[in-house]
Amino acid sequence: MSLEVFRKEVQEFLKLNCPDSMRKPIMEENDTYWGGRNAKFKNADQEKWFHAMAEKGWTTPKWPKKYGGGGLSNDEARILKKEMEKLGCRPPLLSFGIWMLGPALLKFGTEEQREQYLPDIIKGKVRWCQGYSEPGAGSDLAGLQTSAIADGDHYIVNGQKVWTSYADAADMIFALTRTDNSSKKQIGITFLLIDMLSEGVSTRPIKLISGKSPFCETFFDNVKVPKANVVGDENAGWTVAKYLLTHERASISGAVDADMMTPLSHYAKKSIGLDEQGTLNDKVLRGDIAEWEIDGAAFKFTLDRINQEMKAGQAIGAKSSFMKYYGSELNKKKYELRLQCEGLKAHAWSGEEYNEGKIARQFCRTKGNSIEGGTSEIQLNIVAKHILGLPS
Amino acid sequence: MGYILTEEQEFLKDSAKDLLKAAPVALVRELRDNNNPNGFSMDLWDKMVEMGWPATALSEESGGLGFGLRGAGILMEESGKTLSGSPLLSTLIVSKIIERYGNSMMKQILESCINDGKIVAIALQEGNFYSSKPKSTTISIANGKALLNGEKSMVVDGHVADYFLVTADSEEGTYTVLVNAKSEGVKIDKVQMMDARFYGVVSFNDLDISEDSTFNPNDSKNIIGDITNMANALLSAELIGIMSEAFHRTIDYLKERRQFGKIIGSFQGLQHRAADLYGEIEVSKSLSIRALDALDENDFMAPALCSMAKVKSSKVAQLATNEGVQMFGGIGMTDDEEIGFFLKRARVASLLFGGSNYHLNRYAKMSGY
Ligand SMILES: Cc1cc2nc3c(=O)[nH]c(=O)nc-3n(C[C@H](O)[C@H](O)[C@H](O)COP(=O)(O)OP(=O)(O)OC[C@H]3O[C@@H](n4cnc5c(N)ncnc54)[C@H](O)[C@@H]3O)c2cc1C
Repeated sequence: MSLEVFRKEVQEFLKLNCPDSMRKPIMEENDTYWGGRNAKFKNADQEKWFHAMAEKGWTTPKWPKKYGGGGLSNDEARILKKEMEKLGCRPPLLSFGIWMLGPALLKFGTEEQREQYLPDIIKGKVRWCQGYSEPGAGSDLAGLQTSAIADGDHYIVNGQKVWTSYADAADMIFALTRTDNSSKKQIGITFLLIDMLSEGVSTRPIKLISGKSPFCETFFDNVKVPKANVVGDENAGWTVAKYLLTHERASISGAVDADMMTPLSHYAKKSIGLDEQGTLNDKVLRGDIAEWEIDGAAFKFTLDRINQEMKAGQAIGAKSSFMKYYGSELNKKKYELRLQCEGLKAHAWSGEEYNEGKIARQFCRTKGNSIEGGTSEIQLNIVAKHILGLPS
Repeated sequence: MGYILTEEQEFLKDSAKDLLKAAPVALVRELRDNNNPNGFSMDLWDKMVEMGWPATALSEESGGLGFGLRGAGILMEESGKTLSGSPLLSTLIVSKIIERYGNSMMKQILESCINDGKIVAIALQEGNFYSSKPKSTTISIANGKALLNGEKSMVVDGHVADYFLVTADSEEGTYTVLVNAKSEGVKIDKVQMMDARFYGVVSFNDLDISEDSTFNPNDSKNIIGDITNMANALLSAELIGIMSEAFHRTIDYLKERRQFGKIIGSFQGLQHRAADLYGEIEVSKSLSIRALDALDENDFMAPALCSMAKVKSSKVAQLATNEGVQMFGGIGMTDDEEIGFFLKRARVASLLFGGSNYHLNRYAKMSGY
């Protein structure tokens, strides 16, 4: 099918299946759908939109058709993305399964694992969380100590994870465990898929500076996990873990891209106003906003460029670290400016007329952008070492 | 369009690299130290003309190479890496202006630029800062003659020009005229800038332009806009070359210099600054390419993108050259080390056709705030 025919088809489909209310900016947490066993739709529109997309496999446009994915080529997927952007369509499903686990299974999983897990990710039936960080292993992730000891056809897992986003809402966790302590710390890590309903798994929410509690401590107390749930080989989980991180980092920078639709100047104009020459009343802020918007556009074009390079066969590798660094710093700066654009009302914390402190809370949340998925400092280390070739 | 070079574009780039091997940074020093009156090598310019560079951006129908401004940007970027001065920038811009708006007399002048390397310098700026509109350069009618009066500054290639493309105000509005540089009534002074290149200070004193070629006055606004857009997109490409090369040299030095018994590139304080700069250079490149492509595609966003590209490339070229000098340490401050040449050219190239504040303002205005 020619790309133009495909574009027409997409436009038709979106017109028919994306309700008006699903074309509005995301305002609160439950405006997005995360799927999973206990998931509830906010309303009928959200449900309709999700099902229409899941049916087509367009929750994961590029994943193979045989697992229920969209099976689209890069060009087709880009058309779908652009057409959705044009209408302002919300993503039908947000999911760590899509951004992180899926790509790792497609590369390292067995055929049985792919058949078992991918369709449920695509159809939003199972919600995943990420069990990487531990109290003693953050940036130094390979220092993790949650242990998995072989016992027949099972492992017995003991230990603690921390900062596990949405652990209390998830059905499954992909976790890094230590299966061998005798050699270099990167060797001896095993990538395990664990059912959150297993006996011995418990979670405790942690409250963030935004006042919300999206992440948890996760405890494993003699949890039995089948050996069939190892992705990649035993003791070779570090390779899987790192590959998954490149996808996580790329998707974090992609989220920044999606969030750029409303220009900052829009908010500034509304609350600060223009002078007779049509320029913003706050000249200092005007310059800062212009500079930010230029950086934002430059970053967006760079994501396009990296996409084209990948299509031409270059691996993304350490470039995902640059993307993650630049994107998250950009997003933090954006919210600093957003506070300046909207003055008092952006700093309020509660009250209906202040949208329950939405902007201030989002501002606080953005501070995590340069911590989650590996801190900015770690990304700079990776760029210095793997792209610039600087010695340790 | 595409961020990745096509085979033809790769070929253009390779041939540019080849040609510019004859014009390394050492040549800039040599020209400067020998008080070369042009500030660039005429031999090099002759070779560029031989290779057809003046016609790079022109369509094949107009006798050009058909590479568009994107291709022209490739030449500018490569000349940025070697800091090679030449009348390339003026020529690339003027060729497009004449292709688009010129009459038959102008097209003849264009032929002589393409074939014989004749130089048309663009005389827009007056005074200390860039402004696309004329301020006090005027055309008045006296005794049935049209007389041009005024002074233009920062005229790139003004000191070697055969013709000037001049903007001037008259009672009927702004005019754009091509005048012969050798005419009586044209006085050309030159000033040497920080980058060791010369710029013209050109004054017109009752210059009779009745016989000269005048662009259709209805096109003046578009001509001035196009010049500003093209010049800044092309300069952004040159600045990309400057920052990339300065960065490359800095990274090499970080891998070579030892202090405290270690390679200095192993210090995290330097590593993080280098990694940050890497990212800034990458995003600048994408924006510059996008601006050049937008010009070739007649994208309605092109004018804004050209300003955006100039802002970003200027800032990052400044950062990259500052960091370069700092990371070279004491050596970086010496005239013997070449990193300083990059620092100085980056400043002047940033300023030409409007500095970053000019373009921040232009971008914000275009964006409705
Ligand atoms: C919002 C949010 C969501 C998250 N979600 C998850 C999740 O779902 N699953 C999960 O497993 N984890 C999650 N994390 C955890 C995250 O990956 C870690 O917080 C992160 O890797 C940093 O580890 P740390 O908190 O232990 O900080 P530390 O590693 O202790 O770092 C402290 C400071 O030291 C700096 N530092 C450390 N090492 C170096 C070095 N070598 N060079 C220079 N500076 C250094 C860091 O950059 C940082 O500034 C989340 C975090 C946040 C904020």
